[in-house]
Amino acid sequence: MKAFTQHSGLVGPMDRANVDTDMIIPKQFLKSIKRSGFGPNLFDELRYMDEGQPGQDCSQRPVNPEFPLNLARYSGASILLARKNFGCGSSREHAPWALEDYGFRAVIAPSYADIFYNNCFKNGLLPVVLSEQQLDLLFAEMYADEGYQLTIDLAGQKVVRPCGDSFEFDIDRFRKDCLVKGLDEIGLTLQSADKIRDYEKTRAADQPWVFGAIK
Amino acid sequence: MSQRTVYDKLWDSHLVQQNEDGSALLYIDRHILHEVTSPQAFEGLRIAGRKPWRLDTNLATPDHNISTDPAERAAGVAGIPDNTSRIQVQTLDDNCDHFGIKEFKMNEMGQGIVHVMGPELGATMPGLTVVCGDSHTATHGALACLAHGIGTSEVEHVLASQCLVTKKMKNMRVTVDGALGAGVTPKDVVLAIIAKIGTAGGNGHAIEFAGSVFSNMSIEGRMTVCNMAIEAGARVGLVAVDEKTIEYCRGRQFMPAGEMFEKAAEYWRTLMSDPDAMFDTEVHIDGNDIAPQVSWGTSPEMVIPVTGNIPRAEDQTDVVKQKGVERALEYMGLEGGAPISSVAVDRVFIGSCTNSRIEDMRAAAAVVEGRTVSDSIKQALVVPGSQMVKAQAEAEGLDKIFIEAGLDWREPGCSMCLAMNADKLGAGEHCASTSNRNFEGRQGNGGRTHLMSPEMAAAAAIAGHIVDVREFTGDQS
Ligand code: SF4
Repeated sequence: MKAFTQHSGLVGPMDRANVDTDMIIPKQFLKSIKRSGFGPNLFDELRYMDEGQPGQDCSQRPVNPEFPLNLARYSGASILLARKNFGCGSSREHAPWALEDYGFRAVIAPSYADIFYNNCFKNGLLPVVLSEQQLDLLFAEMYADEGYQLTIDLAGQKVVRPCGDSFEFDIDRFRKDCLVKGLDEIGLTLQSADKIRDYEKTRAADQPWVFGAIK
Repeated sequence: MSQRTVYDKLWDSHLVQQNEDGSALLYIDRHILHEVTSPQAFEGLRIAGRKPWRLDTNLATPDHNISTDPAERAAGVAGIPDNTSRIQVQTLDDNCDHFGIKEFKMNEMGQGIVHVMGPELGATMPGLTVVCGDSHTATHGALACLAHGIGTSEVEHVLASQCLVTKKMKNMRVTVDGALGAGVTPKDVVLAIIAKIGTAGGNGHAIEFAGSVFSNMSIEGRMTVCNMAIEAGARVGLVAVDEKTIEYCRGRQFMPAGEMFEKAAEYWRTLMSDPDAMFDTEVHIDGNDIAPQVSWGTSPEMVIPVTGNIPRAEDQTDVVKQKGVERALEYMGLEGGAPISSVAVDRVFIGSCTNSRIEDMRAAAAVVEGRTVSDSIKQALVVPGSQMVKAQAEAEGLDKIFIEAGLDWREPGCSMCLAMNADKLGAGEHCASTSNRNFEGRQGNGGRTHLMSPEMAAAAAIAGHIVDVREFTGDQS
């Protein structure tokens, strides 16, 4: 997983409350055998005029000109501004997979659904929580200012605006550590690699029949 | 040392590291993979540039969405008609080849439903931790191992580190004493347990099945019982080691042999709960009281004895239950108060990781031998759980008995248990099924599942309706 210490990038909008995971990535794409490649189908139903199917070439599909993220000014956005209860509905890990694959490194919203929030951390995506007022202000600045960029400083736990002012945010220590060091849960477990190897040595000595048979 | 349960012993012997927050790093000895829940895990490994921690702990096979039709199977992976299914099976093959993981490919001897394959090959042994991206992994607990299902992220975690981050469960003991009557099988025992404790009864617990009924039960029967621990809410079900366990293990492909086997067996014999071990929850059931069971509704706790009547909504004590019964009756197209044995059956499915082992095949064959499937039955499938079960059954001539009686003899796989391939129920059809889940749509959209034992399903195939196998004479009345 990519480490997340500080990130500056173009900001794009998802300006509605209760965006559910089926909106983020519709159910027909769950048949995929992949964890990557969901980016072209992020927000599929909002983004395109037709109904998407797995395996299609999305560059040939009619795009919805009204959908904000389709506007040239948001092209290449890596920070998503969102509204409350983002990521509600089904627990599919495909939702953070799609956001990450599209190019987002962080989402800023007033609140998230629990499971989605957890799933983000497993996939290197930072969900930042700010107040509704702070988000109102960020949305307003973004709409007013083409090319609007923010800097998210995870180590310092703050979102820095172009004017230099910043908003602080809270985050659980353990999760912050994982992201700052670029550790997913697997990475964290692998920090105990020596212990695992020691365990295996003892076990192989005591119960040699456990290992080696399957090959 | 303090008195410990089998589960406590298994937990302690696999603890790599206890964390302050209550979570722990648990070592995993066996990881079984199949085509549906593994592709993203393998891709995750690739993206992170990781390799499997070790290879000799992993074993893979395709089972969930492969065809069971002999002609389609003969055409190999390319012959799988559904595009998505074919790609999933091909992907498993490619991933196993790429990473060097031992796989029994679709038509290879050794292939089978993950939970049939592991024990019969001797990959599952007493005293091990066993995980698989499938909730019926508790099956392996019949050999006194700590076995449970995991999600796709955890599949990747185990591949990469041979460990799981997990928390210890509570201990529950379900004791069934007494003796089972004729025609009463392990499936009936576990259905009766679920009917008693409910589908949430085992939540947060590891269940140990104890008592004379289990000590008298075969290992395959114990697998049927442990298989459905998850339907009782528990991720883990297990039975302590006894001499039957040891004899079952002897001589299997991945088991130790000779002196090493005896050394292992000596350790395995310690895998029983200490006399004064504490269980957080205890349940007692009298085995003498258990009749053949049938599910009438859409949850595995909606089970009654075959001699019973379908429950009526108005007889339920609280409103929530009333609503539940009403909704289930409507979905199942059944009348409350009617005898369950009057329910006509459209299809029969004998198979799944619950009941597709050789003993199940023998039991079903004994019922249909010399008889004919009722004209009212559209299809009666017999799907052996593995290539080895299939070969053994054919060596004993069971396939011929089934075919002569008018049942279909298929290739091994999950089949109509979850209807990911072409084996499904049509809307409104009733199925006498030896599988484990009777949820709405589980065996096909609108399909109506009645869970029961292989003997009972075989009898239903002949009678054309649900029937008490104990009184079954083969008359088509
Ligand atoms: S037979 Fe059914 S329950 Fe068992 S592993 Fe296959 S799909 Fe799951």
